[in-house]
Amino acid sequence: MNPQTTPEASDSENPISIPENSVLDLQKVSISYSGNPAVNGVSFPIAEHKITSIIGPSGCGKSTLLRSLNRMNDFVDGVTLDGQILYMGQDLYGNDIDPVALRRRIGMVFQKPNPFPKSIYKNVAWGPSINGYIGSMDELVEQSLVQAALWEEVKDRLHESALGLSGGQQQRLCIARALAMSPDILLMDEPCSALDPISTAHIEDLLFELKSNYTIVIVTHNMQQASRASDYTAFLELGNLIEFGTTRQIFTVPQQKRTEEYVTGRFG
Amino acid sequence: MTNKHTLEKRGIRWNEYFIRSGLGLCTLSSVVTTGVIIYILVKESLDFFTEVPLMDFLFGTQWVPLFEPSSYGVLPLLWGTLVITVGAAFIALPVGLASAVYISEYASPKVRTIVKPLLELLAGIPTVVYGYFALTFVTPLLRSVFPGFNVFNALSGAIVVGIMILPTVATLSDNALRAVPDTLRQGAYALGATSFEVTTQVVVPTGLSGIMASFLLAISRAVGETMAVTLAAGATPSLSLSMQESIQTITAYIVQVSLGDTPAGGIAYKTIFAVAGLLFVITLALNTLSQWILSRYQAEYD
Repeated sequence: MNPQTTPEASDSENPISIPENSVLDLQKVSISYSGNPAVNGVSFPIAEHKITSIIGPSGCGKSTLLRSLNRMNDFVDGVTLDGQILYMGQDLYGNDIDPVALRRRIGMVFQKPNPFPKSIYKNVAWGPSINGYIGSMDELVEQSLVQAALWEEVKDRLHESALGLSGGQQQRLCIARALAMSPDILLMDEPCSALDPISTAHIEDLLFELKSNYTIVIVTHNMQQASRASDYTAFLELGNLIEFGTTRQIFTVPQQKRTEEYVTGRFG
Repeated sequence: MTNKHTLEKRGIRWNEYFIRSGLGLCTLSSVVTTGVIIYILVKESLDFFTEVPLMDFLFGTQWVPLFEPSSYGVLPLLWGTLVITVGAAFIALPVGLASAVYISEYASPKVRTIVKPLLELLAGIPTVVYGYFALTFVTPLLRSVFPGFNVFNALSGAIVVGIMILPTVATLSDNALRAVPDTLRQGAYALGATSFEVTTQVVVPTGLSGIMASFLLAISRAVGETMAVTLAAGATPSLSLSMQESIQTITAYIVQVSLGDTPAGGIAYKTIFAVAGLLFVITLALNTLSQWILSRYQAEYD
């Protein structure tokens, strides 16, 4: 349980390395629900323009941790957070932080696709329009849908209800909706858990496309997904960070016995 | 030799049969009652319309059924009902919806557990109490501000009916808003929306069918409301535009005739079936419309 602190450029020679440019820094983050601890003193960085996955068995606090990164836990009664989450040097839970402004910079895609019962176009345009976007909305909608690899499938029915799309299309629409805000960071909470294998493959391909422009943090309990898609991996168990490192390291030469047991499928 | 694995029928299960018939009979009783009511309304109304032409009834502007020379134009009664209903809707729909939004979207769980039962309690007050409240509180208040108000006046009736149907709007709209999946709110918040934007642009539009249905049910209650308006607005059929004057609604007229000494069987007596039939058609249409709106839009998100 010792994430090393020496920066390493390559993980091929030395298996342990941590990112150089981090956009988010979790520092001894503890979260509890009405006094029941869910996350205990977790620290690790989120690398810029990389994909960081958070893995662990059900109930390990990975979703809770993810939702603390854009303060979605504010809507849950009785949640308290200790420690610091630094976003470009600012504490996300500081008194002078506006959570509304924060969520414009740190977007989120949820476990179940949750498009608004509006047209496909309006789903994408809504976020930018309430935030005073100036510019061509048509272009922004097209660009966001192209980025989310959905444009070809929906370009002829932009003004039809989003609820008529398949589950996988709805999830890509939700990704497009988040991308339309041009966030710095995209949080994804098990985005494929409600989807079939083909839609899942679509979205994993999409992750690779997106990481050149976005920093992505993805929670998953699908180990193949974590190993295929991410650059860094944090393994949580019972609210504790067991190990953090490059994905290759976590999956090939884990330092902790529990990590090895988990990634080889012996429990979880 | 008996085979314990046999799948053959062993005879009728009588208890199942009796339970099924008993439950069916209970359901049948309300269906039959409705049928009988409709039959009587139609039969007596048809009798009435053999003596008074339908067009004179629907478009006549004088309602003088009990005195000679009599006249059976129902428009003044319809107008009275319309004035009360529209006035009540003006109060109840916005205030009720605002209350629902507050309870569903803004209030803490603690406040909600106190306020919601209180609103439901308001819905349980007998309507005659509202009439009494109108006469002893609302009307004197109106008259102290505007001395021109009649003791019986339309505004007082509209106000108390508005208060009366407010809980219907608030609780049913609250149910509609709370049925909006939380994942939609979260999706909206995650795009940097404020509570107000989430509420007005995502939650209310999503729950709109339920809200519209609550509006229509409340309006249909206002149309059929009897005791409060009879006490508050009086018994003067009129096409007056003034809310200061006494008016008469369809329901108040039925009360007047039913309580008076109008002999049964005469044309004056039959008027109450004709106006009741009209009332029935109006409320049936409103209820059907609200059911239709609910079923039409509800299937879309679950």
